[in-house]
Amino acid sequence: MIPQRPGTHSASALVPERASVLSRRSFVKSATTVAFVLGFHVPLRNSSEAAGRSSYAPNAFIRIDPQGDVTLIIPQVEMGQGVYTSLSMLLAEELDADWSRVRVEHAPADEKHYANPITGIQVTGGSNSVRAFWKPLREAGASARACFLEAAARSWGVRAEECRTENSTVIHDRTGRKSVYGALVGQASAIEPPRDPPLKEVSAFRLIGRPIKRLDTPEKANGKTKFGIDVLPPGVKFATLAASPVLGGKVVHVDDHRATAIPGVRQIVVLDDLVAVVGDHMWAAQSGLEALDITWDDGPNGEVSSELIWSRLREASLREGAIAKDVGDVARVLGSGGASSSDVISAAFELPLLAHATMEPLNCTVHVTPTFAEAWIGTQVMERVRAAVAKAADLPETQVTIHNHLIGGGFGRRLEPDMAYSAVRIARQVDGPVKVVWTREEDMRHDVYRPAYHDRVWARLEGDRIVGWRHRVSGSSVLARWMPAAFKRGVDPDGVDSGADMPYDIPNLRVEFNREEPPGVVTGFWRGVGPNNNVFAIESFIDELAHKAGRDPIDFRRAHLDKTPRLRAALDLVREKSGWGLALPERCGRGVSAQTSFGSFVATVVECKVEKSGEVKLRRVTTAVDTGIAVNPDTIIAQLQGGHIFGLTAALYGEITLEKGRVQQSNFHDYRMLRIDQIPPIDIHLIKSDASPGGIGEPGTTAAIPALRNAIYAATGVALRRMPIDRKLLAGSERT
Amino acid sequence: MITLIVNGERREVDVPADMPLLWVLRDVLGLTGTKFGCGIAQCGACTVHLDGKPVRSCLLPVGTIGSRAITTIEVIGATPNGAKVQKAWLDREVIQCGYCQSGQIMSATALLDAIPHPDDADIDAAMAGNICRCGTYVRIREAIKQAAAEVQAS
Repeated sequence: MIPQRPGTHSASALVPERASVLSRRSFVKSATTVAFVLGFHVPLRNSSEAAGRSSYAPNAFIRIDPQGDVTLIIPQVEMGQGVYTSLSMLLAEELDADWSRVRVEHAPADEKHYANPITGIQVTGGSNSVRAFWKPLREAGASARACFLEAAARSWGVRAEECRTENSTVIHDRTGRKSVYGALVGQASAIEPPRDPPLKEVSAFRLIGRPIKRLDTPEKANGKTKFGIDVLPPGVKFATLAASPVLGGKVVHVDDHRATAIPGVRQIVVLDDLVAVVGDHMWAAQSGLEALDITWDDGPNGEVSSELIWSRLREASLREGAIAKDVGDVARVLGSGGASSSDVISAAFELPLLAHATMEPLNCTVHVTPTFAEAWIGTQVMERVRAAVAKAADLPETQVTIHNHLIGGGFGRRLEPDMAYSAVRIARQVDGPVKVVWTREEDMRHDVYRPAYHDRVWARLEGDRIVGWRHRVSGSSVLARWMPAAFKRGVDPDGVDSGADMPYDIPNLRVEFNREEPPGVVTGFWRGVGPNNNVFAIESFIDELAHKAGRDPIDFRRAHLDKTPRLRAALDLVREKSGWGLALPERCGRGVSAQTSFGSFVATVVECKVEKSGEVKLRRVTTAVDTGIAVNPDTIIAQLQGGHIFGLTAALYGEITLEKGRVQQSNFHDYRMLRIDQIPPIDIHLIKSDASPGGIGEPGTTAAIPALRNAIYAATGVALRRMPIDRKLLAGSERT
Repeated sequence: MITLIVNGERREVDVPADMPLLWVLRDVLGLTGTKFGCGIAQCGACTVHLDGKPVRSCLLPVGTIGSRAITTIEVIGATPNGAKVQKAWLDREVIQCGYCQSGQIMSATALLDAIPHPDDADIDAAMAGNICRCGTYVRIREAIKQAAAEVQAS
């Protein structure tokens, strides 16, 4: 979870990107003859600016030209989650736009106008794009539509209420008159858009709820899409780098005599914590870098190891944590301090550090001069990148232009601006534009890693009811670094997300957070964020409790879900669709998980086989989801399919380890990914709902990991308490 | 100077003979549809065709190619199977972030060129070298089957 508006983020210094302002202003000036631009107000904290209200100032999401082309300016970045299409659908639905004439433009770095209403900053993450813009973008569309309606009615001398709209056309049925939006742009521009336009009833939706083809995919199928890594500004040079292999280490000495002799090598850039080679192409840069002899001073983290990180985390987990939730009387029911009396059941669960391994390696292309900086990058945080570029270039933010590109995999990695900061520091030493590309090895060894967690959980059963529950999360706080104001009284709201608000009805419940930062590692958001950890611990432990109570895992969960009927319905559907309870071959099992994360209600069943060798084969995945109104149902299915594979990959393989302060994994041979030959059928079932949309980019990931763990438990009786799976523990195991 | 046949055209490039084809395509010829993913032939993002056969361009020294025809994602749609694969990819809405998909489409097209009616095992064998981090594998399989059905129909 990315928390809501912490209130410390001043938007006052943020100035819209210059090029866009100019083009939009000149656009607006001639709007009466050229186009209709809707001045639209996103309801933000800092949206008090009055400038441009009368002149349709640049906070526009919609542009319609006289030829009838509809351009939608999308404030959230596209990284494969389909948001260009789903947000366009929200606008076009209420605008009654001709979908075949819709095109998409990305919003510039401009927090004032394009900040995410949930977080208050210009960020794409936390599975909240549709949730955040569900109302504002529909209002933007409806408001524009009202202007066209009014413009046509006036020109025909009829009342607006007698007219209707469809396919970018205003229609007056009684007289049979029609006017397309394009022909009305001049008159519509003169009409003040209504502030609270009425929105359609769900039953009137023509786009929302239908599987609409993605707007961004045709050019991804023929190689035309320009990701950040594909830009080639005139005269660009190519660079690659080696950063200190140990966090906080420094360059002591560089012997470059072999590197400079390599054809195509143009320049060696030595900074205090990294070395880069600039060349005519990536091959020259890479060959040059390999030919360097770099001596590093490892600094204070040179002895950090995974063993040290885990021992500190496990020790920290013995402390009382900061209270995130406390209901009833946990001390009475469970005993104090976690000291278990005989009928208190307890377990500890662990998740490792993980890399993002986006398919597009880190990169940023930069042109720095004494007076301006220009950067080309795909990022989830445009404004933070702009600030990082300005800082590294020692320029005011007004002199920085950011060109955002489609993203070749985000998963949280591109919520950080570190790559832009490093690229600019290198580019300051280079004459002209330079494209800085990380090798896969550098990308993997300089990630901001998903935190390692150690969770302790205690519970007491009375019959087949859970009467007390205590959950202590120990791990790094990403938010304390990323958005410090959100870290309050020792609790990281993301760290306890889906834990403090867990769905089960338990009368005595305490959830604690225990911050323990790993030495030598920076941690960050990773697809599924805090709920990954909490859903894993809760859903694993619930399965163990069901087993203790002698109940079927789905029945046991259902019995604690009287107050969460939408999740209960998802469990019922997944039971029916997954073949739950039907006989399975030897060493096969089904496991379930249930969660209310990111505003969606998800129940997943994974079916697997555990080979005698301990290897796990996936047989089938079935999910039932109530995510409210399914804006683009096919995208929702795709996100859950992909999210499941992302989670299963982590469960089967994912772990970053350190030795001598160095990350030991480097590429896909030692940080493995699931491949097509390992993927089972994955069936997603959507539950029809009229509730507001939930988030869907991440819950597929969080659902899959405990469901697989529970399937292994069902198949073998081995209760894994740590991911990734330990094949040695599973080898030869038999169901008892 | 090295002479290459790229997408039907003769191209002269002044690069070292040990330079991998990937970087010649991307950084010298500006054909950026072919992607860099791992640099060690583990992910398949850099897949191109050499005389119609799929190869990982990130490890292929450009000096070893000679007169063999190089085909990239930019023109694969001009071949019958390439066009069917691209259509099936869009019909089935396979693509998410899209970064690996140039390589996926090149591998899938080569599969259909070699085996017009692949079964699941054929698909596994041909496609297991291409990693997709977004997890589009289920739809890749469906799309290959659709494209194969169209091959059959035509």
